[in-house]
Order: sequence, then C-alpha cells, then structure tokens
Amino acid sequence: MLNYTTKEIKERSALVVNPAKTCQPIGAMYAALGINKCLPHSHGSQGCCSYHRMHLTRHFRDPIVASTSSFTEGACVFGGKSNLSKGLETVFELYNPDIVAVNTTCLSETIGDDLTEIIKSTNLPEDKVVIYANTPSYVGSHVTGFSNMTKAMVSHLAKKERDVPSNTINIIPGYVEPSDMGEIRRMLKLLDIPSIMFPDTSGVVNAPNKGKYEMYPEGGVTIEELKATGDSKATVALGSFSSKEAAYELEKRFDIPPHILKLPIGIKATDEFLMSLLSLTGDVFIPEELEIERGQLLDVMIDVHHHYHGKKVALFGDPDIMIALTEFVIDLGMIPKYVITGTPGKEFERTIKGMFEKADLKECVVKAEADLMTLHQLIKNESVDLLIGNTYGKYIARAEDIPLVRVGFPILDRVGHSYFPTVGYKGALRLIEKISTAILDKYDETCPEEDFELVM
Amino acid sequence: MSKNPIILEERKSFVLSNQKKQESIIDCEKDSVSGAVSQRACVYCGARVVLNPVTDAIHLIHGPIGCASYTWDIRGSLSSDNENYRNSYSTDLREEDIIFGGEKRLEAAIDEIMESKSPKVIFVYATCVVGVIGDDLKAISKKKSQEYNIKVIPVQSSGFAGNKKDGYKAACHALLELMGPKEEKEKDYFEINYLGDFNLAGEAWIIRNYLSEIGVKVNVTVTGDATCEAIEKAGNAHLNMVQCAGSMTYLAKQMQLKYNIPFEQVSFFGVTDTAKSLEKIALLSGDKKIIERAQNFVREQVETANIELKKYLERLKGKKVAIYVGGGFKAISLIKQFEDMGIRSVVVGTQTGKEEEYKKIKELTEEGTIILDDTNPSELEYFLRKTKADILVGGVKERPLAHKLGVAFIDHNHERKHPLCGFVGAVNFAKEVDLTVNSPVWSFIEKKGGEAYVYEEEFYTLERQSL
Repeated sequence: MLNYTTKEIKERSALVVNPAKTCQPIGAMYAALGINKCLPHSHGSQGCCSYHRMHLTRHFRDPIVASTSSFTEGACVFGGKSNLSKGLETVFELYNPDIVAVNTTCLSETIGDDLTEIIKSTNLPEDKVVIYANTPSYVGSHVTGFSNMTKAMVSHLAKKERDVPSNTINIIPGYVEPSDMGEIRRMLKLLDIPSIMFPDTSGVVNAPNKGKYEMYPEGGVTIEELKATGDSKATVALGSFSSKEAAYELEKRFDIPPHILKLPIGIKATDEFLMSLLSLTGDVFIPEELEIERGQLLDVMIDVHHHYHGKKVALFGDPDIMIALTEFVIDLGMIPKYVITGTPGKEFERTIKGMFEKADLKECVVKAEADLMTLHQLIKNESVDLLIGNTYGKYIARAEDIPLVRVGFPILDRVGHSYFPTVGYKGALRLIEKISTAILDKYDETCPEEDFELVM
Repeated sequence: MSKNPIILEERKSFVLSNQKKQESIIDCEKDSVSGAVSQRACVYCGARVVLNPVTDAIHLIHGPIGCASYTWDIRGSLSSDNENYRNSYSTDLREEDIIFGGEKRLEAAIDEIMESKSPKVIFVYATCVVGVIGDDLKAISKKKSQEYNIKVIPVQSSGFAGNKKDGYKAACHALLELMGPKEEKEKDYFEINYLGDFNLAGEAWIIRNYLSEIGVKVNVTVTGDATCEAIEKAGNAHLNMVQCAGSMTYLAKQMQLKYNIPFEQVSFFGVTDTAKSLEKIALLSGDKKIIERAQNFVREQVETANIELKKYLERLKGKKVAIYVGGGFKAISLIKQFEDMGIRSVVVGTQTGKEEEYKKIKELTEEGTIILDDTNPSELEYFLRKTKADILVGGVKERPLAHKLGVAFIDHNHERKHPLCGFVGAVNFAKEVDLTVNSPVWSFIEKKGGEAYVYEEEFYTLERQSL
C-alpha cells in the first residue's frame, strides 16, 4: 500500500507530493473558534469552508460550524462585497454570535476584496463585533493562518484603558490542542497567576455531551478579556511561528513586553515556561503539585530510559511542535534523524540545527517547506525506529513497518488528543508512555520467541 | 437563540412538509444564501471525488496546497492493482505564482512528475485561484501531452464556477477526453459499463461479481478501480448502467451521443433495488440464459439476505430516520431501504437534489415528512428534535451534531468502512444501523434526542405546509 516512493531523491522545485501542511484559512478558523460565542466566516467559495469544517470535524469529532460568503462566478467578476455584507447580515440574524471572525481565502485575496471597507459599510447590529484576518492560502501554511487570526484578535480588539498595567499576563498558547490549552490554564492556576489566554479552544471543540447541541459552547476567550489584553503587564507567547506576531502587536501598540518561548512540550521547555512565569511575577517557589508532577515524570523517565535511549526517530509536523519535540527527544537520548515541517521558514532549520550541534548529532537532517514524499525517501535510505507526526504518517509507517506515535494536526484516526495534553509535565509523561509503548509493542510483535518476555 | 428565526425568510421555500393532497414544489438547484452554514462543497470537490478513483493516473492539483491537502485519499476507493491515486500531488502555488501566473510552475511540476514516474495520464485540476489568474491549462496540457507523448488532461474545476454538480460535469468531460474510439468488431457476449460506483470498501467488486454470476461482463467501472486503459476502451460496451445518477447521468448521455450506447438507471442499495436492477440488466441483455440465471441468482440471494436481515428487523422496527445526503438518488434509495427495515423516514434532505428527485421523495414518504434542500445545522437540529428522529444518515460534518443530540448516526458517504451495496451491503447496513441505534451509549444521555429540550413555541412553524 502506497509503497510507490522510490529511494532515489531528486530535487523538486514545483511539485509537492503528500503535503506536510495545509492552507492558512483553516488555521484562522481554528483560532477563531477559541473566542467565546464566535462564528468563523470564510470569505470565498463554499468548498473552502466545507473542507475546513470537514477537516476540523474529523480531528476534533465535535460540531465545527462556520459560515461562508458562497462565492460564485459573479463574485469573482464584481468582487465579493455584496456576498460578505449579505453574509454578515444573515449570520447575525440567523446564528446570533457575539462576534464573527472573517478569514479570506486565496480567491477573495486575489480579486482584492477590501475587508476593512466592506465591513465598515455593512449594517451590523450595534452590540456585535466583526474582526478579520487576511489569510491567502498561497502564503505560509495553516500555522500562518492561526498566527494571523490571533494577531487580528489584538489589532481589532485590544485596548489600553489603565495608566498602570494590571497584574495580568497575556498567554498565547499557540496552535495546540484544546487539551493543551486547558493544561496551560491549569498550570497558571496552580501558580496563582492572573492571566488572559487567547485563543482558547478548550471547552469549544472538546465540549462535553449534554444531550443537546450548543452552537456556542461555554469555552473560549471573551471579547472583554481580549479588550483587556492591552492593559496586561506582559505577554508570554508559546511557539514563535504561531504566537509571536500577536505578542509583537501588543508590544507595538501598548508597549507590553513580549516573551517568546518554546511550546512547553517536554521537561526542559516546561521548566522554562514555569520559570519565566515566576520571573514575571517575582515569585520563587513552584507549587508543590507541579513539583510532584515533575518528580513523577523524572521517575518514569529514569525507569524506562533504556527503552528509547539511542533509538532513531523521524519527526514531522508544525514547526512550533517540532521544535519543542525535537528538544524533548534529544533529552530522552533519542536521535532525531529527520525533522520535517511543511511550513516555510529558515528560522525552523536554524533552530533545529542549533539543537543538533549542541547535542553533537552529526547525521541528522532538518527540512522546512518539505513534504512527506521527501521524508519517506529519507527513511527509505536510512530507516528509523519510530515516527512521530500526524495521521498522514500512517502511510509511511505501514509501507516501512515503523511504529507511529500520533502528535500534531490533523489526527483523523484516533481519539484522545483533544482530551489529554501533550504540554506540561503531565503531557511529557503521556508522550513517554506513547513512545515507550509504541517501541515495546513493536518489539513484542516482532521479537524471536526466546526474547518474548513477561516483564520488560 | 429562540429569538432568531430557525429558518431564514430566503430559505423557507427550500423547506417543505409533505402534504399529499396539495401540489408541492420545493425550491432547489439554486445557489446557497451567503452567510448560511451550508454543507455544500465546490466544483473542484465534485471533480476530485469522481476522478480520483482512477488508480494509475496522476492527479495533479494546480493551486495552493489546501485543495490537495483536504482531498488527499479522499475516498476509501479500493484498487486491485495500482495505488498511485492515493498520493497527493500539488503545484503548491506561492504568492509569486499568483502575481506572475502559475503556468511555469505547472509545467515544471509535470516535468518533475515525468522525471520519476512514467504515467500514461495526468489529470490537471484547476482550483479557484487558477481560474481567476487565468492560467491556460488547455494549452499547457496540449504542449506537455506532445512533449512526453502521454495524455495530460485538464479538468476545468475552478471552485467558484458553480457547485459540486458542475464538478461532476468537469470530471465527465475529462473522462470523455480520455475515451478512445469504438472498436468496430461485434462481440458475441453482453458487456456493459458500470458508471457511478467509486469502489468504496470494494463495492464495485461486489456488483461485478453479481453480474459475472449471471453472465454479464463489465467492460469498465467508472471510476472505481478503473485504469486509464480501461476507460479508453469504454466505448465498446453494449449498455451503460448508471448507479450514481448525480455524477454520471451526464456522462451516460454524452456516451450515447458519441458511441451510441444506451443507458439505464440502476441502484444496488437495498435488497429490493439490487434484485430489481439485476433483473433489469438481464432483461436488457435480451439473452434468455442471462435472464434465467439472473432470476435464479436473485431468488437465492434474496432468500439468504432476508434470513440475515430478519435478525435485525425486530430490533429496528418502529425507529425513525432523518436523511441528509449529497444527491437525490441516494436519498430515494435510502428511503426504500429503511422502509424494508420497518424504519420510517421523517426528514429527507439533499445538498444538490433535482426537482424530479424531490417529487419522487414526496411520493415515497409519508404525510408530514420534512423535505429539505441545501439545509444547515440549525435547521437539521430543529427538525431532528421536532420529529424525534432516532437516526441521522449524513456525511462527516453531520456526525457530531447527531451525537451531541443523542441521535444515532450512519455515514453513507466517503467514510463507510464496509460495503453497503448489493445483498451483502443491505445486511451490513442493517447491522450498522442496529450497531448504532441500539448501542447502550445512548442510555447515558439522560433525555434522548429531541426530548432534551423544553419546547419553545415561538420556534418557526412550517408556514408553507400547503406547498
């Protein structure tokens, strides 16, 4: 199955085979879902909106609702103004959201619709808000779209109303699962730090089943909170690709100092995250609960380190997650043989290369703006023990008979990712469980009879 | 929520309550209202789902990456040999291509395909933005066809240029371009083309086997498990048998003009339709042996299937189903299939149904059944609650909606995991309905389905009952 990839690697400049990324609007839609009572609106053809909803629905297994301007040929000739104006009126009349977050598509970008002007000239209900982000599909990737919509939350809503900043810290969690956003909030609560986290999809795309359909579940950052981000004393942005733009916007507008950190995936990155927060508040003590969690994580790492130490792993996915994961697998003693992202960005290659050098890893490969055919070919040339990435990795995993640990977006064929975090000490523990189990399951399946043992 | 209309003024004519005495016309085959949460997709989507199962072609998506990403391995179409179609090829257009045109990149992408592969056919799909920037797909395809002596076939599927149905048409045009001349020699056996089966979960193989049992040969299935070579020879069949009417009636009509091949509508969903369709094909062959074999085969199969089905019928009787699927033909065949199981259809909707299909739906369903065109989650939710449906049949986006409402769900779209067609499929289908509707999981939702709400009287009542 799908074993058509040849070993011979040829440079390609125009052809992408089996992409390791997708387009901006879906990232914008996901970010928009992290605002309380927000309806994302896709300004373009119906297909885009339909695909984005389908993909997010498959990943989260929750109803993902978004409206569309439903472009036809007429809109392409005369512009999408009437579609958007009419669309927004319809949306407020029919679905009554508090806020609509509009994202553009490659089509509306190319015909050059001026969203500022269109929205300004639309007759909107007084108490309602419309924000928008330019998200042309031919620039960046879904991560860029997430970043753009997160930035739009600041540029459209944040205000400075106090002379002296509040004690609140803005947290931008990055393009992660709702479970991760929930976990970040839990850690902040344990540290007793007042914060505003945006976007926050926890409770929205992993909403509990109450036997009824709620178009706007309880979760999400509120408009009031977004406004108040302008009064905060600092911004902590997790993952530079998905979060730094919004943090810089807050700095530019209100002089709020930005702190760009790695996603807190793995023990080191979690330590850094917590210590950075403490340095912002002036506290020195880590709460006991987090101390215990760290201790437990460390204990398990020591108990099972021989399972994964020295094992070669190929990683692919979104840049922020890959950067943090690469650091973590190096800390576990694994060899990150290939690290691939589909999202463009030299910064990615520089960061990962730095990690390779620091750990004295000489024959590891990092590639940004690469596809899964490239990854498959690399693996064909020199195989690995484990693959970490999204669901699309299963084609390679099967063809090459390598276990796959599912991390990232999208995960279309397993459950749990939207409920169990990957970030924090708890998340690191879960990652170790998954990595170790994958390696041992494979061993149990393939080892000779005489090596098959009860205790491992 | 209750303050808002459940159904927009503009949408009221797309919603109908079945009243037998009155003449009914439902609005359909029109563009969606901007701002509505439509479940519809685009032209490109229609073209891709129809063409993608051609197993040994390269399907090259000319556009930004999203279009290729979301449709990578879009259907569970199975192949008996080549699996190249399950890879995702794209030109991944970047900003500079949008400014200066994407033609160079497309040419380079085709060159890069030819460097590592030797396909006979490359389908080049146009996406929204390609239509706007005006890349000349036809010229490039012609040039590259000559350069490499293969067939590079443009698929005119810019997303905005109509709806999913126009995509089917674009795919049909591409298929017609691939089809070669008719061979002149007469055949001494009865051979048909099977149009509109995409071999999801191996469904086309089941039907091929049935036909082979009764002595009918299948020339090519379009497009499930089809090779380019087989499609090239499609003109040689005696008859076109059309299952997915929405996507393939157009092709059948064109083939009638081009090759003088007549076509017939068939359906292999449900025991009744499968039996009828096989007998129909046998009769059309005009061959006594085939007719006799068909009768015997159908009798045996119906008997076996009914014994199997009986196990489930008791557990399913009296349940109510809401149907929301892509095309009208599928809806019609589902209504019949559920009726065979003793399940009443209380809501029937389609994304792209035609007027005559809605007439048939009205004929088949009972008084008061809600009929919907291009509906959205709010309307669906409302009617699921109002009719207290036990099951929803739909596509991927409807699944979690049903689940949140405590309503069992059946996917009758891309995500089916086992065959649902033929006699074996009818049994699978009953089994699947039973599996979901009788799952203990629903008992954990305190009040099931529509009952979870206190009824809000101000909700929209169907004013157009007279339609």
